[in-house]
Amino acid sequence: MTAVDSVGAAPVRARGISRPWRFLSGAFLVAALLVGLGVGPVGIGIGGIAESALSHVPFLHVHSSLSSVQEAVLWQIRAPRVVLAAIVGGMLAIAGSAYQGVFHNPLADPYLLGVAAGSGLGATIAIAYGHVGTEGQLLPVASFIGGLTAVAAAYVLGRSAGAVRTAGSLVLAGLTVTLFFTAIQTFVQQQHTNTLRDVYSWLLGGFSTASWRQVAVAAPYIAVSSVAILLHRRVLDVLSVGDEEAASLGVNVPRLRLLLVIAATAGTAAAVAVSGLIAFVGIIVPHTIRLLVSTSYRAVVPLSIVVGAGFLVLTDVLARTVISPAELPIGVVTAFFGAPFFAVVLRTSRTMR
Amino acid sequence: MITLDGLCVSFGGADAVRGVSLEIEADEWVMLIGPNGAGKTSILRALCGLIPFGGVAAIDGKDVRTLGRRELARLVAFVPQNPITPPELTVAEYALLGRTPHLGYLAAEGRRDRYAATQALERLDLLAFAERGLGSLSGGELQRAVLARALAQEASILLLDEPTTSLDLGRQQQVLELVDSLRAEGLTVVSTMHDLTLAGQYADRLVLLDRGAVVAEGAPGEVLSESNLAAYYGASVHVVSDEGGTFVLPRRR
Repeated sequence: MTAVDSVGAAPVRARGISRPWRFLSGAFLVAALLVGLGVGPVGIGIGGIAESALSHVPFLHVHSSLSSVQEAVLWQIRAPRVVLAAIVGGMLAIAGSAYQGVFHNPLADPYLLGVAAGSGLGATIAIAYGHVGTEGQLLPVASFIGGLTAVAAAYVLGRSAGAVRTAGSLVLAGLTVTLFFTAIQTFVQQQHTNTLRDVYSWLLGGFSTASWRQVAVAAPYIAVSSVAILLHRRVLDVLSVGDEEAASLGVNVPRLRLLLVIAATAGTAAAVAVSGLIAFVGIIVPHTIRLLVSTSYRAVVPLSIVVGAGFLVLTDVLARTVISPAELPIGVVTAFFGAPFFAVVLRTSRTMR
Repeated sequence: MITLDGLCVSFGGADAVRGVSLEIEADEWVMLIGPNGAGKTSILRALCGLIPFGGVAAIDGKDVRTLGRRELARLVAFVPQNPITPPELTVAEYALLGRTPHLGYLAAEGRRDRYAATQALERLDLLAFAERGLGSLSGGELQRAVLARALAQEASILLLDEPTTSLDLGRQQQVLELVDSLRAEGLTVVSTMHDLTLAGQYADRLVLLDRGAVVAEGAPGEVLSESNLAAYYGASVHVVSDEGGTFVLPRRR
């Protein structure tokens, strides 16, 4: 059989992301970034942000109308914080969508799979025994090793949980791993109360100490792993017909799964290393996109980055304004919205194969 | 041409297929029949490289194990008994999945692929359904969508595992007629079949398996004998033959 060069009808195509959704998601991100930059004890208007940004572009000769204090707040405090929240949010969301695809499981999330706890433990051990600073370059590597150990343990445990591999068993395995790693975590912390004073608040998750240096530490890992996952968006759709049929379509399923898990875990580990444990972003964002736009990974994966970035920036704004001048840990805010959302997904999702 | 020589498959110590040798010519429609657990499905799965096996399984002289996964998928399309059909996927997207072995690992479908999928949908009368979700299709439409995906694969060998289960009688006939008409385009078909009367009418050749071994092989009229069906199915039947084929009628003892 060979296809002739023309058929009667216009050739079919896969749904991508329709133009309105492209525009809306882009607008959402831009709006979130502006809110993140503008809201705080020192108010800065959109005009001021734009002027100040343009004043940093050479040869444009725009002069910022902001005071030097406002300039410092904007570029040394808020901007790194907003950028860090954006790349972490985008990463957690795209990692969630990748885990959901490779594990055929709608409930997979970097946090629920134990990846976050493993990454946290890896980082804590590095700080406690390796004398790596909380802003060290090696922190993401230690996080990655911990995270990969955790996801491997969760997967093996979830598989062995009986012939009936439901969506729930993987999550239960992930929680088991999380509890175990958290216990070790607590133990390590107890042993090193002096060096790990600030580890506790770091683990709760947050961007209150965000700096350009942290952005520089995490960005390379997040960029590489996001691009790797992004390139696999069509293949993730092939996986939706199950491992066996995907294999009969020529996909090397074990290799693909390994590659995507490594990519998602590396990115998550880098995110955890700079922001602590933030739950549910990987559930809320991809599922909202499935609900509103399309269930195809061609839409879910790219939109997860954009919407996840905007989502976490806005969540961070909430975290630092609700009980201002104090700050809520951002993990508390995401869990506040995420847990009920998770309950809804749990109720409505049939087991994806 | 498909060559099986001493094909063996075992699962955890239990032998599912023990030394099956078979030659299947291009353009032929061979049906594997036999009681439950005879090893029919295992033979299909071995042929498309989904399970490890002993002995030889070769396509046009090339061992299935030495062919790469993608290369094999360009030669053989497999339709499992219960394919997974994600309900939200559109019929067009589902058919396009069949183009996977022809695409670069990270590439998107090009014009050529979209035409191939369109042609497969047209061939199976599904173009009007292209934008519909798989979840909204009836059983017969869904089975056609699955065939469209296999057709879009543009493989020369089509492996069908029980293509008519869960279809009503009329739909069963429609699907089998459809498969038969696809053979005009040079397709070799190997299928398993529960319904012996349908097997007796559509197959060029029947291979009767019992406990992993070939016990009878040949034209439907020869294989579907009352003694064979009593011996291997433990069934009491009355077999009628006319120019339309061979009909197996269950008869109460």
